[in-house]
This record gives sequence, structure tokens and C-alpha cells, in this order.
Amino acid sequence: MNPRPTLLVIGATSDIARAVAHAFAAGGHDLILTARDPRQLERDAADLHHRHGASVTCLALDLLADDTTLANFAAGLNPLPTVVFCAVGLLGDPPRSLDDPDTTRQVMMSNFVGPAQMLTLLARRYRDSGSGTLIGVSSVAGDRGRGSNFAYGSAKAGFSAFLSGLRNHLHPHGVRVMTVKPGFVSTRMTAGLSLPPALTATPTQAAQDIYRAFLRQRDEVYTLWMWRWIMLIIRLLPESLFKRLRL
Amino acid sequence: MRLSGWGQQPEVETRILPWRNPEDAARLVRRHTRLIPRGNGRAYGDAALSAAAVLQGLAGNRILELDLSQGRLRCEAGLLLSDLLAVIIPRGWFVAATPGTRHVTLGGMLAADVHGKNHHRDGGFADSVTDCTVVIADGSTVTISPTCHPDLFHATCGGMGLTGVIVELSCRLSPLPTAGILQQTLVTDSLEATLDLFTQQGHWPYSVAWIDCLARGPRLGRSVLFLGRHATLEEVPPHRQNLQLSTPLRRERLAVPFHPPCWILNRWSLAAFNALYHAHGRRQGTEPVVVPLDGFFYPLDTLSHWNRLYGRRGFTQYQCVLPLEEARRGLRCLLDRTARAGLGSFLAVLKQLGPASGGMLSFPRSGYTLALDFPWTRAALDLLNELDVIVRDHGGRLYLAKDARMTAEMFQAGYPHLDQFREIKARVDPHNRFQSLQSARLGL
Repeated sequence: MNPRPTLLVIGATSDIARAVAHAFAAGGHDLILTARDPRQLERDAADLHHRHGASVTCLALDLLADDTTLANFAAGLNPLPTVVFCAVGLLGDPPRSLDDPDTTRQVMMSNFVGPAQMLTLLARRYRDSGSGTLIGVSSVAGDRGRGSNFAYGSAKAGFSAFLSGLRNHLHPHGVRVMTVKPGFVSTRMTAGLSLPPALTATPTQAAQDIYRAFLRQRDEVYTLWMWRWIMLIIRLLPESLFKRLRL
Repeated sequence: MRLSGWGQQPEVETRILPWRNPEDAARLVRRHTRLIPRGNGRAYGDAALSAAAVLQGLAGNRILELDLSQGRLRCEAGLLLSDLLAVIIPRGWFVAATPGTRHVTLGGMLAADVHGKNHHRDGGFADSVTDCTVVIADGSTVTISPTCHPDLFHATCGGMGLTGVIVELSCRLSPLPTAGILQQTLVTDSLEATLDLFTQQGHWPYSVAWIDCLARGPRLGRSVLFLGRHATLEEVPPHRQNLQLSTPLRRERLAVPFHPPCWILNRWSLAAFNALYHAHGRRQGTEPVVVPLDGFFYPLDTLSHWNRLYGRRGFTQYQCVLPLEEARRGLRCLLDRTARAGLGSFLAVLKQLGPASGGMLSFPRSGYTLALDFPWTRAALDLLNELDVIVRDHGGRLYLAKDARMTAEMFQAGYPHLDQFREIKARVDPHNRFQSLQSARLGL
């Protein structure tokens, strides 16, 4: 057995992923970082190594690549990392959704199809080894479809359902699945939006929430915490009323 | 959004452009015709403010190389000193010069060429920087050092971000035996005695004096002088495990949660504070004691948002340096004028500085530096104009990182290498792309 646990970060250039890598490295994890262009990760790899003493590997991975590429990637992970964190996502251009079916397809592929396909491949290896943790970043936007980002929200809803189903399926095999539902986080994805400060997490805050939830073996974590209750209220609104709101 | 420096004055409506890596910074520089780089916003005045746009690199904070055998660091400029110290102190290293707070970026430390309590012996932060990488006005990235483009390097050290955006830098670290400081506290009853002590005790690597600037007459300039050096392992008492290197730095425990009313800092509360402080220093006795490093260097960091103590009106810090030969007379005039005004100064700090380094706009030069805090009021600003005259008459100058109000004439009088700086600035930034409220005010 490898004495040091290892975290695989899929989509490691995202701000949340970078902060999560720091949180896990500080907690004693080695790291495998992936991005479409792994050269973008070299600086982060050096930083993670110097700050936390972690050993860091950078790999190329595009979740929108063909099936064989993805299967080869999953099969090539030896030894198998103990934890997988998938942070791949694409907001698209919500105000233009109706005029741009191409982007809608991209959003579905990036937030749902690609991540679900990759996690399925990794889930099979975890099932066979009888251990492991899969962490997927979904979104509060997946809790109820809203007019302001229906494409993104529906893809995240699909991904949330995928994660909860996978959790149910893998539970008897000793494999954990954790769903992360960020509310507002100040990242590149949300740059330019005016977000209410009280409801907005920094990537570091989100990463701390995620790492704590991982340690406590939670199934699902909202960050910041109040989003659980905000989304509960939003889910309870009757559709006849909800459709009239601008959310 | 509304943005200000640490002193909360002046305040300006502006846009913050965050950068995450050097390519990001270069892209933003190309896209904007007027901007100023900013670190963690700890400059007191308007040095990192612009109504157009502010370029902030707090996410460009990676440690790129760290050689623990030689004590060498290369990092992105947005790295916070607090984050760096958390990494290097447990491994037995420290920075060659540190300002009085660790909530600053390394890039900001270079841009302001900050000095510490050891300047008289070891020089300022820029002296430990071996090279840096800067995005200049045309969007290109250049790496400069004392041997490669030395003129641009010396304009950039202490250049307040006006030559371009510092995106990376390399510096030497200094070895650290323990996280303890052997501190000797001495109390003096007059300015003469304080300055004599600074001279006699010049062999201590770290020295600083807190002056009771409400004391007048024969007691003018009475001080508590703190001297220190890094404690050796043998000097750290065995029961003080917290001074061993592996212990993490203290976190902020207290905060000023809101702006208290302006009247809480007045002549009586400050007199009481200063009297207590002086008495406390006297009680410390003459024996040196080992104290934690963070308390010695960063006494105010334990109180987050302490800048709110002056209330919503904000405050300014007046920091000047007077050349050695003029220091006695000049400091007497400054303290006398300040004490007579009775406006109070929560902090009055006196330090000895060593010779100037190569930075064209660097503040330090051989002599004594005095720092005074004042509330941002009409009366205080009038007083500062009077102090300006004293500083100028004694051949001194003011620190750009603290300044929010000096005139272009005052600035010009204090900085003899200004023309040289302007020449280089005109060459690398012909359209004056990098401009702060301060640089516009001072005609930089």
C-alpha cells in the first residue's frame, strides 16, 4: 500500500480545484493534476510541492475526448489515486442560450456527459478494488431549473442525479461518492457578475468546506452552508408561482 | 467599487482587475490604457489607487522555486508574506527585511522597497532581491536585475509599480535558528538619550523605539527602545516549545469589528496609553528576554482591521527620514511641534536607517526615520504641512508607501534621483499607462 494518500484533480486549472488541491496537500495528500494543457499546471505543481512537500504529477486530459482516450486514461492510473475530485464545468453564456444551441450542447457535454463518463470509468476501478472516494462538483443551479441559466442548471441537475445514483450503487462496495454544491464562488467563471458578498465564498473557503466534508465522510456539501436552506425554499415554491419569478 | 489604502483616505471609485499568472497580467496591461498595480492594499495613502483601474495579483501567488540549502526563493509577486513565512519559518529561514505587518505581498515589498528594524545593518528588502520579472507598458515581459537592465531594475525597486507590473521575483532568505527573539528593552527620558542609545547599541541587528510624543519640555522624545536579535536554540528555555521552529505562527485573535466613534482617540486616552507603555517598558528590567518572533515584528497583526480605530474619517501616517547630521535638531523640531499641537499620535516610531541602496525612489537613507499616525482631519493635515517645512529644511524626505498628501515640490526636494527615474519612466512607459493618484499628484 502507498503510505501517502493521493488525490486526482480533474480540471485542475479551475480556481476551486486549485484551492482544493492546496487543502488536500496540506492534509498530507500527494497530487495528480490534469488539464487539457498540462503546461498550464507547472507553476501550480511547483507551488504545491514547495508549500506542502507533496509530490505532484501533471497529466493531459480532455473530458470531451473520444471514448478510447478516456478509457486509456482511467486504465493507465497506476497506482490508483485514493480520491478523485472532478471540477470540470462550463457556464456558457446564459443570456444568449436561446440563440446559441451550439453552446447549449457544449454546456451539456462539459458539465454532465464528460464528467459522468470519466467518473463511471473510475468508479469501476474503485468497485473492483473495494475502496476510494469520488468527489464531483455539481452546483446549486442543479437543484431547480431557473430561467437565468437553464442549460447549465439542467446539466448540473443531471450530474447531481448521476452522483446520487452512483453513491447508492457503490455503497455496498465500500466506495464513497460526495456531491459538492457550490453557491456563488468568486472565480474566473463568475468574474464580471455582481454577486452578493454575504452569499459568496472565496475559492479557499469553498475548498475548506469541501475538505472538511471529505474528512467527515459527508454525502453532500453545500458551500457556503446557507445555500442548503436557500435552495430548500426555492425547491418548495410551486411551479405556478416559480415560473413568474425572475431568478 | 470604492477602494482606499490602509489609512482609508482617500477613497476612489474604481475597477479591480485580478491577474492569476504573468500571462494574465500581460493581457490586462495590453487591454487597458491607464492602470496601477496593487498588492494587498497596505500602502497607507493613494500609491495603489487609480480611478481608471487597479491591477491586483493576489491569485498570482505561487512559490516557483525554493532552495532550502542556499536560502533562495523565486515566487510570483502576489505571494503574501504571511503565507511565505508559514512555509519558510518551520524550515529555518526568514526574509532579509520585513515591514511591520506580514499582510503584504512580496511584489508590494519590492515596489515600496520596504525596510525593517534591521535596515541600519542589513539594508532594505530590495537589497535581497536578485532579479525580478516585470510586465512593462507595451505588454512585453522583461526580467531585470542589478546586472541586466540595471537602470530599469533600480527604477523598479521602490518605484511604486510605475515602471510596470512586477509579476515574479527572486530573493535571498536569511537563516533562522529559532522562532524566538532575544529582546532587550531600554527606557530613556529624553530624545538625546534615545539617539545616544541607538548609536551605542548599533550592534543589535534589530532596533526600534516607541516615542511618547505627548511628552514635552525636558522629557521630549522619551522612549522605550526595543533591541533584538534571533535567539539561539540554547537561549530558548526548554519549556517554551512554542518558540521552536515547527510551531505555526499565531493567528489573529482580536479584531476591530466596526468603526468606533472618532472621539475615542483623543489627547487624554493617548496620554494614558503612552504613560502605561512607558511604565511597562520600565518594568521589563534590564535583562534580555526571549519573546516570540511574530510579536516582536508584527505587534499590530494580532489586531485585524486596527486601521478602523481612527473611525470612519480615516487616518494617515507621516513617515519621514532625516539625514544623520541633521537628525538631532530636526527630530526635536518635529516632536516639539507635534507635542504642542496635541493632536496625538497613537504610534510614534523611531528607527535608525543605513545607507541608501540603488533604488531611485527608495525611501531609506542614512539617518533616522520617524513615523507618526494622525487622524484625517483639517487640523492634522495643516500640521503636516508645517512638518513638511521642517523635514525639507533638514534635508529629509517622506515615504511614498505612507504618503497621501504631500506636494510635488516637497517630493522633488527629497528625491535627488527623480530626474533619472523620470527619464527611464518616459522610455519604458511613454504614454504614462501606469499611473496612480499619487504619481499624478507628484508629477511622476
